Amino acid sequence: MKIHEYQGKQLFAKAGIPVPAGIVAKTPEEAAAAFTKLGGKIAVVKSQIHAGGRGKGTFKEQPQQRGVVLVRSADEAKENAARILGNTLVTVQTGPEGKKVNTIYVEGGLNIARELYLGIVVDREAGGPVLIMSTEGGVEIEEVAEHHPEKILKEKFDGLNGLHAFQARNLAFKLGFEGPAIRAAEKFLPQICKFFIDNDCSMAEINPLVITKEGELFALDAKVTFDDNALFRHAALKEYRDLSEEEPMEVRASETGLSYVKLEGNIGCLVNGAGLAMSTMDLIKLHGGQPANFLDVGGGANVDQVTEAFKIILADSNVKAVLVNIFGGIMQCDTIVTALLAAYEKVGFTVPLVVRLEGTNVDLARKMLAESGRDIITATDLTDAAKKVVATLGA
Amino acid sequence: MSILVDRDTKVICQGITGKSGLFHSQKCREYGTPLVGGVTPGKGGTEIDGFPVFNTVADAVQKTGANTTMIFVPPPFCADAIMEACDAGIKLIIAITEGVPVLDMVAVTTYLKGKSSRLIGPNCPGVITPGIAKIGIMPGYIHKAGPVGLMSRSGTLTYEAVWQLTSLGLGQSTCVGLGGDPIVGTSFIELLDMFEKDPATEAILMMGEIGGSAEIDAANFIKAHVKKPVAAFIAGRTAPPGKRMGHAGAIISGGKGTAQEKIDALEAAGVVVAQSPADMGTAVQRAIAKKAGK
Repeated sequence: MKIHEYQGKQLFAKAGIPVPAGIVAKTPEEAAAAFTKLGGKIAVVKSQIHAGGRGKGTFKEQPQQRGVVLVRSADEAKENAARILGNTLVTVQTGPEGKKVNTIYVEGGLNIARELYLGIVVDREAGGPVLIMSTEGGVEIEEVAEHHPEKILKEKFDGLNGLHAFQARNLAFKLGFEGPAIRAAEKFLPQICKFFIDNDCSMAEINPLVITKEGELFALDAKVTFDDNALFRHAALKEYRDLSEEEPMEVRASETGLSYVKLEGNIGCLVNGAGLAMSTMDLIKLHGGQPANFLDVGGGANVDQVTEAFKIILADSNVKAVLVNIFGGIMQCDTIVTALLAAYEKVGFTVPLVVRLEGTNVDLARKMLAESGRDIITATDLTDAAKKVVATLGA
Repeated sequence: MSILVDRDTKVICQGITGKSGLFHSQKCREYGTPLVGGVTPGKGGTEIDGFPVFNTVADAVQKTGANTTMIFVPPPFCADAIMEACDAGIKLIIAITEGVPVLDMVAVTTYLKGKSSRLIGPNCPGVITPGIAKIGIMPGYIHKAGPVGLMSRSGTLTYEAVWQLTSLGLGQSTCVGLGGDPIVGTSFIELLDMFEKDPATEAILMMGEIGGSAEIDAANFIKAHVKKPVAAFIAGRTAPPGKRMGHAGAIISGGKGTAQEKIDALEAAGVVVAQSPADMGTAVQRAIAKKAGK
């Protein structure tokens, strides 16, 4: 689960991690009031969407407007907010369709001396969380990793003890911290690592992490993602979910226990298992087609879930044919056929349907399909299925 | 012979009184697996469909002599179940449970360090040595005893590969699902080492996918240490990049993780890589023929 920058900063502040003063605004008037309340000579007006690259991003409706702007008066805050709120921000991470901005965050300015990068992820190979830091803050970190890997520092820490003070000091010295900033890092870095563990994060990123001229550390950004599988023990975090930021069909799928990712093609796919689902997409492309989605119905899906899966696939108007590829293990083939026939009744298939079944109860399932009298194309193996579904589009 | 599972294997099921735990315990028993009982805290002393139920793994081990467990407990309790099995002296722990929090697995990894238990999974289909024992959720009938060792990060893709092999008349020595989660108990490299040393395994099929660098590490290991023919398939060649990956994740992989990069590394190590998921079985045939020709 992803959250907004302002929500991340609220959580940071609760955990004792220093963030600049800031106020959430939903209208231009609130933005003006926020500027006044912050009481400084400058403030930053920041668009709140679940994507990076906001500073360089521009609006579909207001091509001159940037997603993050420095303002020097309440009026300026109000004018910028008016051009931002309700409009669509396009950044390198949103894709060309962009994302609508419903909320802005007005943040007080700081005396910035240096900008750094900080990220925490769980490293598959290391088998644990890793703190990543770089002197190159505020820029695209992938670029740094590619061209200057020596500027990326990594420090493993363990889930029980967190990051030790000495590890924080080692990093601070390597990053060239001086004076009070070293003491600040000794406190800040273990705190953010503890935050990561305490909240079951799957990613936490602060870009930039700033050192002020006074030698203090502040999180100037906050990009936090939580492990969906651990949300059961963080009931309070569920309130932070913003459904308007998510693909509606992906939300609907996850509520039903399905894993769905919308893609650009026109062949809808229903597969059990993530590996087989990815392979089925590969196979469709190999035979000249374009998959419209990734959809994994999982191992133990029931009739209701499979029916919902068909509805989700068919709700995408790009879909011109559907391929079902099931290798029944836990999932029994006859369950799929029962659901398929039920979906046929309920939603109606107006596009060709190719079905390939193998595994548990396959004979029964094939018999049910044959006796249903429905116009369903059956396939004997993977290649046959891919060829047949691609062929339906050419006809 | 085989790896992980042999004639001395004795299995219990943790979570045997749950719906899937019981269903799959029954299926394993039908296949011929020596499934000697199960564990559900609070239901010790009872029986379910002929299986004795124990309160703790330690009890089950003492009374049945079990050395292997398959775990079906719900995700919030899975890490605890794995550690309990390890503490009770279980040698092979197979965690089927899907949806375990990643940081729970970090704790488990730390706990298992230096202990003699081996963990397979979580979020995996299990392990099968055809004709000897099926420990997991795979459909038994598609398998056939034979010379090919299989290992995979995916469940249903493994069934697909097994089915292709069996249809070609190529049986399997042992099939292992490593699990699809970011942190799992056993790596490709550890299994490659076991398959290379197993006299019953004559060829190896490895199924990987995009993300991480496990397949690249495997390719390096194969180049240096594996003499048996190896075939591979990498799923996700056409998956759109970065859909789920944050910035920091991309750095960790250091540019590694694309399907093409993995395919190149494997081919450079002499592995026959199937271009289509429909050709996994024939890729094994080609790998065998290639080695024989040398």
